[in-house]
Amino acid sequence: MLESKFVETIVGLFVALGVAALFMLAMKVSNLSSLGEDGGYDVTARFLNIGGLKVRSPVKMAGVVIGRVKDIELDRQSYEAVATLSLASKFDKIPTDTSANIYTAGLLGEQYVSLDPGAEDTFLKDGDRITLTQSAVVLEQLIGRFLYQKAAGDEG
Amino acid sequence: MTQALETLGRAGLRSFERLGRGQIFMAYVLAGIPEIALRWRLVVHQVYAVGVLSLVIIVVSGLFVGMVLGLQGYNTLVDFGAEESLGVLVALSLVRELGPVVSALLFAGRAGSALTAEIGLMKTTEQLSAMEMMAIDPLHRVVAPRFLAGIISMPLLAAMFSAVGVYGGYFIGVGLLGVDEGAFWSQMQDAVDLRDDIFNGVIKSIVFGVAVTWIAVFEGYDTVPTAEGISRATTRTVVNSSLAVLGLDFILTALMFD
Repeated sequence: MLESKFVETIVGLFVALGVAALFMLAMKVSNLSSLGEDGGYDVTARFLNIGGLKVRSPVKMAGVVIGRVKDIELDRQSYEAVATLSLASKFDKIPTDTSANIYTAGLLGEQYVSLDPGAEDTFLKDGDRITLTQSAVVLEQLIGRFLYQKAAGDEG
Repeated sequence: MTQALETLGRAGLRSFERLGRGQIFMAYVLAGIPEIALRWRLVVHQVYAVGVLSLVIIVVSGLFVGMVLGLQGYNTLVDFGAEESLGVLVALSLVRELGPVVSALLFAGRAGSALTAEIGLMKTTEQLSAMEMMAIDPLHRVVAPRFLAGIISMPLLAAMFSAVGVYGGYFIGVGLLGVDEGAFWSQMQDAVDLRDDIFNGVIKSIVFGVAVTWIAVFEGYDTVPTAEGISRATTRTVVNSSLAVLGLDFILTALMFD
């Protein structure tokens, strides 16, 4: 049997290394350091079509991530998609006439909600609704419309 | 015909009996854990034998697995012009699957087999019976510390495997193949979630640690006390715990990442 003190030191080192590895995974590999899930306030936005938007997709303003999509549901009366956006509480000066658009990062990248600030003096509060929205661009629809126009153009 | 049915039935009954014995065995071992808390030095020595001595193989394998992921991932992703996503690919595959699973398989081969052989030899040379004669419960004195050490070591080893693997992928991707360093880390941090990915990976490795160590100590304790019995028990430990890890991994993945 090895000397007890030596073994205990080595085991202590081993445990410390393991915890350090976990800590490194938490801080450097995952998104713990950026935008926490605590606090923040929720606003809703209605879209005719959300395309490939998912829960946890980023919400950006001027390209900066200011929140995440918290929940997506279908309104059973109006057949619109209702997206709940959770915004970080430090971004609390967002005008009520801000518009929400669904854009795609890159040609085939993930989709995100982009907020374009309006000019009102009143600001969005928890539970408010963003009324100005623009649906996601569905690539198939776009191609279909393009081909249709092209065909029509060739005939005329 | 009846002969064949008889054989089948006997084999089935025997495996159920073993399963039941394994669970009663575990109940006794768990009952011994509070007692072990008072003599934690026993656990420390076993963490050394089970965890620290497995460190080299875990770290080296983690590094190589990460580097291979870096190379293979780059070759595929570069076709789509998406080589910046290399960090995501390497980190997610390691944290969710390869870290817990591969380190559990290595752990079964490196530490599980050693546990079985050690306890099996103790039984064969009647050291366990000698302890009982001295009114020391071998389940509490011998098995419980080893079981606890396995559960403590496994998540730590899996975390080190994943961490080293991420750096292996980083060395290959950023250092050798010229992926942008900022994109490598930032896309990784964007895609890897602390709770959904990292905590679930840790839960997986704890479950694997329980499964592998349980199988190892039970096979050792249940050894037929002959030289051949020990060799069979050791083989069974490695085979059964590897199968258990892979099967459990499927179930856990189906439950966690729907």
